[in-house]
Amino acid sequence: MSSSIAIEVVDLEKTYGTVTAIQDLSFTVLPGEIFGLLGPNGAGKSTTLRILITILPPTRGQARVWGYDVVKEADAVRQVIGYVPQERAIDRFLTGREHLLLLADLYHLPKREALNRINELLKLVDLEAHADRLAKTYSGGMKRKLDIACGLLPNPRIVFLDEPTLGLDVQSRLRIWDYIRELRRRGLTIVMTTNYLEEADQLCDRLAIIDGGRIRVMGSPKELKTALGGDTLCLRADPSQTEPLDRLHAALKTLPFIRDSRRQGYELLIRVDAPDKALPAILEAAHRVNCHIESIDYHRPRLDDVFLAYTGHRFQEPTQ
Amino acid sequence: MSHAVQEVLALTQRWIRRLSREKFSMLFTLVQPMLFWLIFFGNLFQRAANTQLFQTENYMSFLAAGVVVMTVLNNGLAGGVDLLFDKENGFLERLMSTPIHRASIIVSRYLFVMLITCLQILVILTVAFFFGVTPETGLAGVAVILVIGMLFGVGLTAISMAMAFSVKSHGDFFSVLGFLSLPMIFLSSALVPLTAMPAWMRAVAYFNPMTWVIEAIRPLILSGWAAAIPQVLTALAILLVFDAICLYGGARAFRRAIG
Ligand SMILES: Nc1ncnc2c1ncn2[C@@H]1O[C@H](COP(=O)(O)OP(=O)(O)OP(=O)(O)O)[C@@H](O)[C@H]1O
Ligand SMILES: [Mg+2]
Repeated sequence: MSSSIAIEVVDLEKTYGTVTAIQDLSFTVLPGEIFGLLGPNGAGKSTTLRILITILPPTRGQARVWGYDVVKEADAVRQVIGYVPQERAIDRFLTGREHLLLLADLYHLPKREALNRINELLKLVDLEAHADRLAKTYSGGMKRKLDIACGLLPNPRIVFLDEPTLGLDVQSRLRIWDYIRELRRRGLTIVMTTNYLEEADQLCDRLAIIDGGRIRVMGSPKELKTALGGDTLCLRADPSQTEPLDRLHAALKTLPFIRDSRRQGYELLIRVDAPDKALPAILEAAHRVNCHIESIDYHRPRLDDVFLAYTGHRFQEPTQ
Repeated sequence: MSHAVQEVLALTQRWIRRLSREKFSMLFTLVQPMLFWLIFFGNLFQRAANTQLFQTENYMSFLAAGVVVMTVLNNGLAGGVDLLFDKENGFLERLMSTPIHRASIIVSRYLFVMLITCLQILVILTVAFFFGVTPETGLAGVAVILVIGMLFGVGLTAISMAMAFSVKSHGDFFSVLGFLSLPMIFLSSALVPLTAMPAWMRAVAYFNPMTWVIEAIRPLILSGWAAAIPQVLTALAILLVFDAICLYGGARAFRRAIG
């Protein structure tokens, strides 16, 4: 089929018993783009992916992948996708190459084609030297690379990556980003989830910020940041300054150039239109209400500001 | 069709590879029933055994049928374990995202369990042979033993797989397993003949399919065709019902878990 839309999701909802994992989810993914689902733990990212790869039936709503319905035409969907799960779904007792050979048979590849493709993939992810070792001897990064090779084996049109760099060191993370960009160059459509703001910012062409099972906002990282407008000031006060900080927070409401401000612990997050004018006014106000400021940080809008603006709380990245 | 064959063979090969790489586990699987039950138990109770009661001079030849069926029982009930691990570590999810027939995974598991069970039965009977146990019905009898063993194994494996797909944690799985397997053994004629049991125990044993399987295999080893044939036919009829129930339940659990 000719596809101007790679994935179309309409009003998707999934409940587990009484827990609603996702609801009112609607989005489209265009062919050839890297589409990201960015959200904190438990946001519903994996649930969404599982529905799209046909292993979890939705409670409500519809999803079409490459034009095929994920429930009614699940088999057709499975023919065009590759999947890289969030858990390291690796069999400790098989070698890397045996993983790929197994999958080659499950995708019904002819022997010769399978062998060629396996060699090519092992080269792509730099695992040639380790291909014949048992997977239980692999490092976390190597397992992840094998995972990715497995996801690419069927030569899919769309590949789904669930948190491809979770728990990896910086070096490995950059390698994986390179692979993902290489895949886009080859014309693949990529849907990935991530827990990392920087990853979403650097890698995704478009992304949906998902929190509490709902999409809060969608767009390219650049659009999202620009649309937010203004720059962000972060004032940090000493823990003893709770009351003065409250007074300052109140005082800000009357100042010009200030779009909004939020109190978060001992910090005030202030979005301002013109920092050169706003900053002196804020400092003066702080002086007036006798609030002692420890540090001031100023930056152009970042994705975490976008997240905060649309969800009302700060983004918690997983600690390594 | 050829796709299904390709899938099943590849998956079965994986199970075999896994077993062959877990050297300790493999050794244990193959050796445990012979070493413990047949040789140790057999020799231990030889002296206590009442020749009248056991219809044979050699307690081991009485016990052989029980050990064969216990092996089928253990293999069958453990048949879902690897699927349980696959479910827990996400490998199953990877398999299910490929365009395979959903049943291929199940079929490959059956093939593997049956293969291992056959091998074990043959090893047990060979070891017993060296201890002087010669099946009265000869090699044809051995073939019938294998068939009956397989038929019992099919139902058991279905129970195990159904459990693997339904349980919340693998702790639950192993508790239920332990809870099932010992009473199945002791409330059957594996270790003592029905005639030697207290009446209540005998009554319970009659409802245990394992008893009927043993009662069919034992005369194949001890007595000969004339005594064995009616028992074998009874066992086949019972196994047909047993398997039908287990397969039905298994298919439902599978469909509920995977769709
Ligand atoms: N099998 C399940 N049974 C019950 N609840 C579930 C199940 N799977 C997920 N959930 C719940 O659904 C919600 C979304 O989970 P999901 O795994 O999709 O989140 P996620 O965004 O992928 O999180 P993470 O970043 O931690 O992977 C969570 O509240 C989770 O507890
Ligand atoms: Mg997840």
